Amino acid sequence: MAKSIDVSDLDIYYGDFLAVQGVSMTIRAKSVTAFIGPSGCGKSTFLRSLNRMHEVIPGARVEGKVVVDGQSLYDPSVDPVAVRRQIGMVFQRPNPFPTMSIYENVLAGNRLNSKKLKKSEADDIVERSLKGANLWNEVKDRLGKPGMGLSGGQQQRLCIARAIAVQPQVLLMDEPCSALDPISTSAIEDLIHELKSEYTIVIVTHNMQQAARVSDDTGFFNLKAAGQPGHLVEFNPTKKMFTSPDNEATEAYISGRFG
Amino acid sequence: MSTPTLDPGVAPGRTAVALTEPRLPSWAPVLVGVAAVGVGALLWILGASVAVGVLAALVVFLVALPGWSAAVESRRAAADRLATSLVWSTFAVAMIPLVWLVFTVLREGLSTINVQFLTYQMRNVIGDQQGGLYHALIGTLLVTGMAMLISVPIGIFAAIYLVEYGRGTRLARVLTFLVDVMTGIPSIVAGLFALALFVLIFGPSIRFGFGGSVALSLLMIPTVVRSTEEMLRLVPADLREASYALGVPKWRTILRVVLPTALGGIVTGVVLAVSRIIGETAPLLVVAGATDSVNTNLFEGRMTTLPVFIYQQFSLATPKGLSYAWGGALVLIAIVMILNIVARIIGRVFAPKTGR
Repeated sequence: MAKSIDVSDLDIYYGDFLAVQGVSMTIRAKSVTAFIGPSGCGKSTFLRSLNRMHEVIPGARVEGKVVVDGQSLYDPSVDPVAVRRQIGMVFQRPNPFPTMSIYENVLAGNRLNSKKLKKSEADDIVERSLKGANLWNEVKDRLGKPGMGLSGGQQQRLCIARAIAVQPQVLLMDEPCSALDPISTSAIEDLIHELKSEYTIVIVTHNMQQAARVSDDTGFFNLKAAGQPGHLVEFNPTKKMFTSPDNEATEAYISGRFG
Repeated sequence: MSTPTLDPGVAPGRTAVALTEPRLPSWAPVLVGVAAVGVGALLWILGASVAVGVLAALVVFLVALPGWSAAVESRRAAADRLATSLVWSTFAVAMIPLVWLVFTVLREGLSTINVQFLTYQMRNVIGDQQGGLYHALIGTLLVTGMAMLISVPIGIFAAIYLVEYGRGTRLARVLTFLVDVMTGIPSIVAGLFALALFVLIFGPSIRFGFGGSVALSLLMIPTVVRSTEEMLRLVPADLREASYALGVPKWRTILRVVLPTALGGIVTGVVLAVSRIIGETAPLLVVAGATDSVNTNLFEGRMTTLPVFIYQQFSLATPKGLSYAWGGALVLIAIVMILNIVARIIGRVFAPKTGR
């Protein structure tokens, strides 16, 4: 049920400010695609435009085409809410709902949409999602406890469980490990490997090793110059990207000689 | 090239800094305090008024302790002692009227409170016969309750518009400005407005409890809007985005994520607003009138509330009237206090849980 995403000539604006220009790429289904690049080059902005989260910010808009499974996301007849149900997202900082328990947090996607669930169905979803997020063993005895009581790494996995509980077709991750210690990071990377078999995953990261470890394809974003819009410099299979990149700037960035 | 050897203690070009410095003994503030009180007491004995004595004691304390500290300790320690003393003394000054008020109301009002006082009305009570404030109690609860029913939904919905939908628009800015202006409306003006409104509709002799509720809600709405707005702004944008990313529509996000997260603060704001309007006298005197009997119908006939009852009894200027006024004041304060406690409990129950 995972789907591929075709992006063509995407321009992303904040009001009059052009943040990202002319991005075209094909994100393959059931694979992990990583975006790397310096801060402020528009990786996260681009990621957020893939499930229409970008337009949540007042004045933000997008020009161009994003096609998922033959449907253009920015077609006027498309409901952004429906898009977000298909394309889930995990954020940089863990953000479990503070008023809800662990159990309710996992079910948030269903409950907030007032989906009627039998108790057994709900239990199944919670167990499946928490197992999917590698968190089940740590929290199975305290599902009724507040989600905010978990450690940072556990909270982030809870957020992943919450995102996969609604069974999206694509999972977007915006620097999911940037606030986590190496052990939690490794747990989440393992998780990404497992999730790959069912979901299309797109991940933004500042950690080059992470991109090399988890992804199949990598996109390198950069600014043309300070004050200029960000753009996609290179998009290639990760192996090629990290051994013999097409572009000199990519090699400079990956090897740490940036500039 | 040889690496330069490092002096283990001090970086080159710097002198060693001592980490210890002389300190005043821990009982120093107490000693200075006792001395300051002594000076104040001496002045009082010598014939100065109490106020002068207290003021002298305060000044002595504020000068002596930092002075002593400056002599023994450092400048920074002296400044710290001065600031600490100032903070504590202003705190004490702020507490004095509060404690005094509660103490006076308790002393004057407690003897009046009994079952009859709480359950009798004032109809046909003549001379020294036992009367009560039951009619005013009912009036206060009904009028304030109705004012709450009107203003809480309006206030919360307005705040939701301002924070969630209207952010940054010209309309929202204008509304915020008008709400701020409304906060400053004198209560008597609100009463006159409500009276004028209902006189236009029902004719010149109209006086009823509902009019009072409308006047009070004019005073309450801006407070509710402002406090709710602040609380909604405190809800992190992360939570809204988390909810949107799960495919939850905006209105459900507001209803199920934003409002519950802010609920504790909203309830506190509403109760503070109620506490403010429950003591209003002037607008109710104007539009709800006054009566000696129990009236449980908000839409028919005059209605007395506790502040109006207090005012009536006080204007009688009889010993009984004065004691009834104090009794009414005590009951009013008790109601406000109970409301605040209830709000705290609600806030505690609904506060976001950390699990720690």
